[in-house]
Amino acid sequence: MTDAAAPAQPSPSRGLWHRIRGRQGRNLWFAAFVAPFFLGLLIFVYVPIVWSAYLSFFEARNTVTPTRFVGWANYSYLLHDRLFLNSLVVFVAFAAFIVPLTYVCSLGLALLLDKITIGRAFFRSVFFIPTAVSYVIAAIIWRFGFFNGARFGLINSFLRQFGIDPVNWLGGGNNLYWIALVTARLWLQVGFYMILFIAGLNKIPVETYEAAALDGASGWRLLRWITLPQLKATSVAVIMLLLINAFQAFDEFYNMLGSIGSYPPYGRPPLVHLFLVALGGGQQDLGVGGAGTVILTSIIVVFGIVQNWVLNRGEKA
Amino acid sequence: MQISRRTVFIAGGSLAAAATLAACGSNNPLASTPPASPGGSTGPSGSAPASDVTLQQWYHEYGEPGVKEAVERYAAAYTAAKVEVKWTPGDYASILAAQLLTANVPDVFEVEQGGSLDMIRSGQLADLTELIAPVKDQFNPAVMKRFTFEDKVHGIPQTIDMQLLYYRPSLLQAAGVEPPTTFDALVAAANAVKTSDIGGFFAGNDGGIGVLGTILIWASGNEQLTEDRSAVAFLNDNFYAALTAYREFYTSPGLLQAASAEWYDGAAFVNGEAAMQWGGLWSLPDIQKAWGDDVGVLPFPAIGSGGRPAVPFGAFGACVAEKGKNVEASKEFVKWLWIDQEEYQVDFSNSYGTHIPAKTALVAKADKLAEGPGKDAADFVSEYGFANDIMWSGAMGDAYNAAISNVIKDGKDPKAEFAAFEETAKAELAKLQG
Repeated sequence: MTDAAAPAQPSPSRGLWHRIRGRQGRNLWFAAFVAPFFLGLLIFVYVPIVWSAYLSFFEARNTVTPTRFVGWANYSYLLHDRLFLNSLVVFVAFAAFIVPLTYVCSLGLALLLDKITIGRAFFRSVFFIPTAVSYVIAAIIWRFGFFNGARFGLINSFLRQFGIDPVNWLGGGNNLYWIALVTARLWLQVGFYMILFIAGLNKIPVETYEAAALDGASGWRLLRWITLPQLKATSVAVIMLLLINAFQAFDEFYNMLGSIGSYPPYGRPPLVHLFLVALGGGQQDLGVGGAGTVILTSIIVVFGIVQNWVLNRGEKA
Repeated sequence: MQISRRTVFIAGGSLAAAATLAACGSNNPLASTPPASPGGSTGPSGSAPASDVTLQQWYHEYGEPGVKEAVERYAAAYTAAKVEVKWTPGDYASILAAQLLTANVPDVFEVEQGGSLDMIRSGQLADLTELIAPVKDQFNPAVMKRFTFEDKVHGIPQTIDMQLLYYRPSLLQAAGVEPPTTFDALVAAANAVKTSDIGGFFAGNDGGIGVLGTILIWASGNEQLTEDRSAVAFLNDNFYAALTAYREFYTSPGLLQAASAEWYDGAAFVNGEAAMQWGGLWSLPDIQKAWGDDVGVLPFPAIGSGGRPAVPFGAFGACVAEKGKNVEASKEFVKWLWIDQEEYQVDFSNSYGTHIPAKTALVAKADKLAEGPGKDAADFVSEYGFANDIMWSGAMGDAYNAAISNVIKDGKDPKAEFAAFEETAKAELAKLQG
């Protein structure tokens, strides 16, 4: 830090050094601030990505320097693994619930809170605070509190008041576990996206609304023809983030449905399945794990490209 | 919370991992042995012996209070080398596996069932065959069999954990049923004792599939793999019939589908949520505290005509890192602690929870196993003890569980489901055979 900060006094080779430093040492400052992050990114993100791609072509059990090259075997193993393919279906199902639901709820909250005049900061904080809660902790509250299958679980004891039998929420044999999974994530993430939408709303010039109001537009028509189109950039970002997050779902699934020693075949998103086959039980099948991450990364990249393409196309049309 | 079939037996480890579930609060008042390490330090303790060799010894976090102090006390008592104990909370298996890939490996560490296939294959574990050879017969034969792979032993058994069926004799008697010795009798008993206030039989919030899954193989008279480990050995009509029988049990009111805790926690039984529960021996102190003499234990009953009773067991083994800096000194220490020091071995198994000493002769010295359910449990391991095969890998166990779940929860056809499992198993075994 101080090296870069110290103005390189009378620099001997003024020409080149000066150019490298930039005006007022800007380039040096740039390097000083960016380098740590870039290095961190390089060491902890890019190197592991490349390394796991490398491992994916080897039989790599309990080693990161494997010697047995197996070509595409790990890939074909996963692509023939019924449970892995099923996990992709689980992701699609989960995304089909959670993405639109979060979108609508967070946009709705943002619209409501944007107009509010009393207790604005209070309400924003109230809805934002769950974002700070850990997924693991929320999952544990959901599992052992609300959706506990025992007769004294929170929801079950409520149901018992009406003479309804205890419901086995997370135990399988039905699809009720989706309610727990979707509500937990919704509660956790809706506040964050609400803030993004509020930021987006604040960027819409008031004049557009005024002009529309003069033309007699109000209510739904303002929303449909001004707010939503103006929020397009925010919406694209929100949907992309929601999709990626849904794809990376792990914590609440693992902690709500998993038990010591086992995880059921249902409600199993891709990362949970990969974790189980590659790292389950303290084993390390890093070859399969690497192949899985490469497959998942490719899928998410394709998703991103397609989404971008579709939206850009809409723009031009 | 943990992971695949292979860890299903982490016993004490389960409790540690389940700390969030409040599984292991102050469950053992006996465990107040004060730490006797010199200087009374709370950090990694060790002795100050003549030798300048320092050994690193790793343990996973045992749930019962007092175990950490106990193992530090054992380490401090060793004079031939300085031993530093590292207590490892969290996902011990993963942390250990990662550490073993580095240059700085622990010298001595515990591994479930005395070492995994991966560890043995990749040469991480020192060969302890000669160390244990003279005393091999003193150890529980079922455990020794599981600890031996290709005629070699890589871990010295420390203590044995097991699972078993708890029941309340008074409730069964009131319902007019005998303690069940066959699966049909278990189903009948569960449905007979069930009332609106108490469930019949409980084995986890997944309907018991996770923990009872592999037991169905053994209890229906089968083995997991063939003798040469080239194929699975249980895909026959007896096994399919066992699955169908369990499916019927699952859909009957006698099986309690959900309770306040999981099977590895005694809470459901202690709270009176079920008259019978599948659980771990480690819960016995809690359960006896709650119900006194009104506690009986059984192995999992035989299913079908070819069936036999079964209890799964697991044992942590003390292993030595092949890459360690002081392999010989480490072996000496392991021999000293887990072969010679019988007093410590009994203390380790008996003073902080209920476990079974790995040496058969020491079982008599563990007072918790001297009579009643504890004694029965100790006998079950020798008579009906089974453990997952060393080649029953995580991927295989996971595919197995999925098939079981589909059959029992969704009523799918066993043959069709297990055809898919057989494919996975075949590919996996071929890979593991190398």
